[in-house]
Amino acid sequence: MINAIGRDIPDELLANGREVFRGNNHRDGREYVRPGPRVRAHVRPQESKVVESIREAIVRCGLRDGMTVSFHHHFRDGDYIVNSVMKEIEALGIRGITIAASSLGSAHDPIAQMIEDGVVTGLQTSGIRGRMGEAVSAGKLRTPAILRSHGGRVRAIEEGELHIDVAFIGAPSCDEYGNARGKGGKSDCGVLSYAMADARYADKVVVITDALVPFPNFPPSIEAVDVDCVVVVDAIGDPAKIASQALRMTQDPRDLMMAEACARVMAATPWFRDGYSFQTGAGGPSLAVNRFLEPLMVERGITMRWAIGGISRPTVDLLNKGLIHTVVDAQDFDIAAVNSVHEHPRHFEISTSQYANPMNKGAFVNKLDFVILAALEIDTDFNVNVVTGSDGILRGAPGGHPDAAAGAKCTIIVTPLVRGRMPTVCERVVTVTTPGESVDVLVTDYGIAVNPARQDISAALEAARIPTTTIGALKDRAYAIVGTPDPLEFEDRVVAIMEARDGTLLDVVRQIKPLQQPGGSN
Amino acid sequence: MNAKKNRLRRTMMFLSAQRPSLMKDAYIYRPDSVMFDLEDAVAENQKDSARFSLYHTLRAVDYGAVERVVRINGLDTPHWREDVRVCVAGGADAIRIAKCECAQDVRTVEAAVEEAEREFGRTPGETLLMGALESPRGVLNALEICTASERLFGIAISGGDFRKCMQTAYRPGGIEMLAARGHILLAARAAGVQCFDTVFTDLDDMEGFRAEVLQNKEMGFDGKSIISPRQIRVVHEIFAPTEKEIRQAERIVRAIRENADKGVGVFTLDGKMLDIAFLPGAERTLALARASGLYEGELQP
Amino acid sequence: MEILRPAVAGSLESSDVQVTVEPEREGISIDISSSVMRQYGRQIRNVVAETLERLEVRSARVTLVDKGALDCTIRARVECAVFRSSGRTEGIPWGGAVRE
Repeated sequence: MINAIGRDIPDELLANGREVFRGNNHRDGREYVRPGPRVRAHVRPQESKVVESIREAIVRCGLRDGMTVSFHHHFRDGDYIVNSVMKEIEALGIRGITIAASSLGSAHDPIAQMIEDGVVTGLQTSGIRGRMGEAVSAGKLRTPAILRSHGGRVRAIEEGELHIDVAFIGAPSCDEYGNARGKGGKSDCGVLSYAMADARYADKVVVITDALVPFPNFPPSIEAVDVDCVVVVDAIGDPAKIASQALRMTQDPRDLMMAEACARVMAATPWFRDGYSFQTGAGGPSLAVNRFLEPLMVERGITMRWAIGGISRPTVDLLNKGLIHTVVDAQDFDIAAVNSVHEHPRHFEISTSQYANPMNKGAFVNKLDFVILAALEIDTDFNVNVVTGSDGILRGAPGGHPDAAAGAKCTIIVTPLVRGRMPTVCERVVTVTTPGESVDVLVTDYGIAVNPARQDISAALEAARIPTTTIGALKDRAYAIVGTPDPLEFEDRVVAIMEARDGTLLDVVRQIKPLQQPGGSN
Repeated sequence: MNAKKNRLRRTMMFLSAQRPSLMKDAYIYRPDSVMFDLEDAVAENQKDSARFSLYHTLRAVDYGAVERVVRINGLDTPHWREDVRVCVAGGADAIRIAKCECAQDVRTVEAAVEEAEREFGRTPGETLLMGALESPRGVLNALEICTASERLFGIAISGGDFRKCMQTAYRPGGIEMLAARGHILLAARAAGVQCFDTVFTDLDDMEGFRAEVLQNKEMGFDGKSIISPRQIRVVHEIFAPTEKEIRQAERIVRAIRENADKGVGVFTLDGKMLDIAFLPGAERTLALARASGLYEGELQP
Repeated sequence: MEILRPAVAGSLESSDVQVTVEPEREGISIDISSSVMRQYGRQIRNVVAETLERLEVRSARVTLVDKGALDCTIRARVECAVFRSSGRTEGIPWGGAVRE
């Protein structure tokens, strides 16, 4: 069945009440009952929930074939938790596991082999990269992977679509009863936002830490009342990869030129006023926008009411200068952000549901004025792909992209027109992760295009004498430079499902055909 | 005379002709000119390779309004003749003569250019020249260099080699280059050609760069050689005329043209005597203003 | 032109391509590895074949390691490698056998 953005969704996927995507607000007002976890009471007073090992925790939780386990990705590429838990699961001979992670990265390459061996047969995640991405793209996973945005993942949990049997939560500090925090240990990640829904909705919850601290570890991100057992290990991750020393601000002239154009676009719209709100991605040009906003804010004598998202130094700097009133934080990318959260009186941790869940009673993203986001590809309908490479292989993560884009009054995509020989602006993206309906402005190194649905923004840019072009003209320009790409060749088999944030089906990723040297000898 | 000879050249951005990632679209940063470098930026054993990529860049990449200058290897090398051939064949707008020492150097290159224009069927005279003065001798011969060829649109001083010859180094304030800058400016103005200052190599010292460009403008330079797109904006901002200068230039151009139509050569405007000699300066101000996005009026040079 | 000895041109930098030409007894073989193989492998092959034909190379083994080079860069590197293999660095037929 063809959905609202022209993507063909195979009918066999439309079982159990699943629907195709019908537009961002299709499910507005829908009623549902939040599911409750099956809880085993801890009535008898006990001094400690600490168990001997990860293996013992797995056994105590009754984990068995076919169950679903969950993880969070606050440790990013420094994460040791997923691999060490899965290694024990495999050693116990348990098979057919579904991994439901907030995201997975190249740190998790060893899982690719478990996919081949049938230990892991399902994946529900935001990101798939590295060897795991290749394995899934090659059709090695038994069931199609389900890809969701951060908001979409919490929605799936809170609506009962994703049931977690055992949540494994890595925590930088934890007490013997399970009160866990993102700080206070040797591998601090700042916040535990992605794990909050897991703790509340999973049947069993295991906290794994490398810093056992005296009770009570307060204020906790994960509360002991939700935790079944605690495991102490030598290391939960590589601190250097969990929080970067300093996210180096790009010096690339192309990135800076685009970042400046984004700031100018923002400043030309009516929402750039005292009290505005803002989110930006962690990519080079997106992050650099902060630097160009500062002088514009000072010049106009305005401040930002709140900033949200993954947080890093540029945001913290603006907070410390008094140019931002409040920072709400769902992930920290560098030491500056880790140090600031909970310490600065206006820098707060929030849950991912508060951040971005479209099906609760109103998430933060719904009140955003601006968001600046990157893209691997964007097509002439403004549909954005951030999950598959232009070679059709899974190598990215929607993350909060579709959530912030849908919520913000002005969503700006910033990307170079071409990367190497690949056209970023193209006829039709490989996979849609964020529908064009959510995207308002495209800023490239070759010009700016406004979504025709946003005549108000076009008029604002014209009034500010910011020249614009059409996205079709940008696509033509890209193809003139690099040539028109040959279409990718896929098998029929669906290897991953891209869910819209409301749970409807936005797109599917099909198995890529093996690469052959065209022509051979001449 | 080639109409492009006196075009606006506030920024001339160096790019290695050996680096496709730089050459494929440097025009997006909108310098007035780019300078594809076959000389110092290209290793001795890659000179041939750089020429092939230069040729295809000149032919295949549309630089639009951005002028394409090529710095060729010095006349004391075995490379410069083939460099001239590829520049002319590819249709470069101009050739920068590295280590230009005297008028004969310009004439030597000019002869090679004429020959290449014949060989490749190009319009005679379309390839312009500029001289890079890199030694005390070159600087002292500035005037004869400036007047050596009809094709020569300007001269530039090259600070790196020059400072070494003078047994000095970069100083904030530019005392070490003061005499040379002044001398080549005098020569260029006397000959009626353009004059460009050397590169500023510390990309992290934007304040030092700004101070040097400000001094360049105050001394009367037409523009500056630059090494990164990050330097473009500073130069264009500093070289942009003020609103007052633009209004005054507009009035002068109008008044001179109106009086000329009436057959009046000398007249007064706001109590100051004006004649046709004020026209080029005023027109230049308007051209700068237009390029800086500050003037959209109807007056054209 | 005749491929007299092995020659290399280009680099492994982004947007560049490294081209190696080697003598071959008969015919032309083109081996391409590219980061953009699925979308541009066919076009890269065509550009290489055209360029060799224009240079009148009848037999050669050509290997490309492509890092996303544009057609104009591929032409430049193939030409450079061919001229190097025949020992010519001057008097290049610009606009003749060497052209867009």
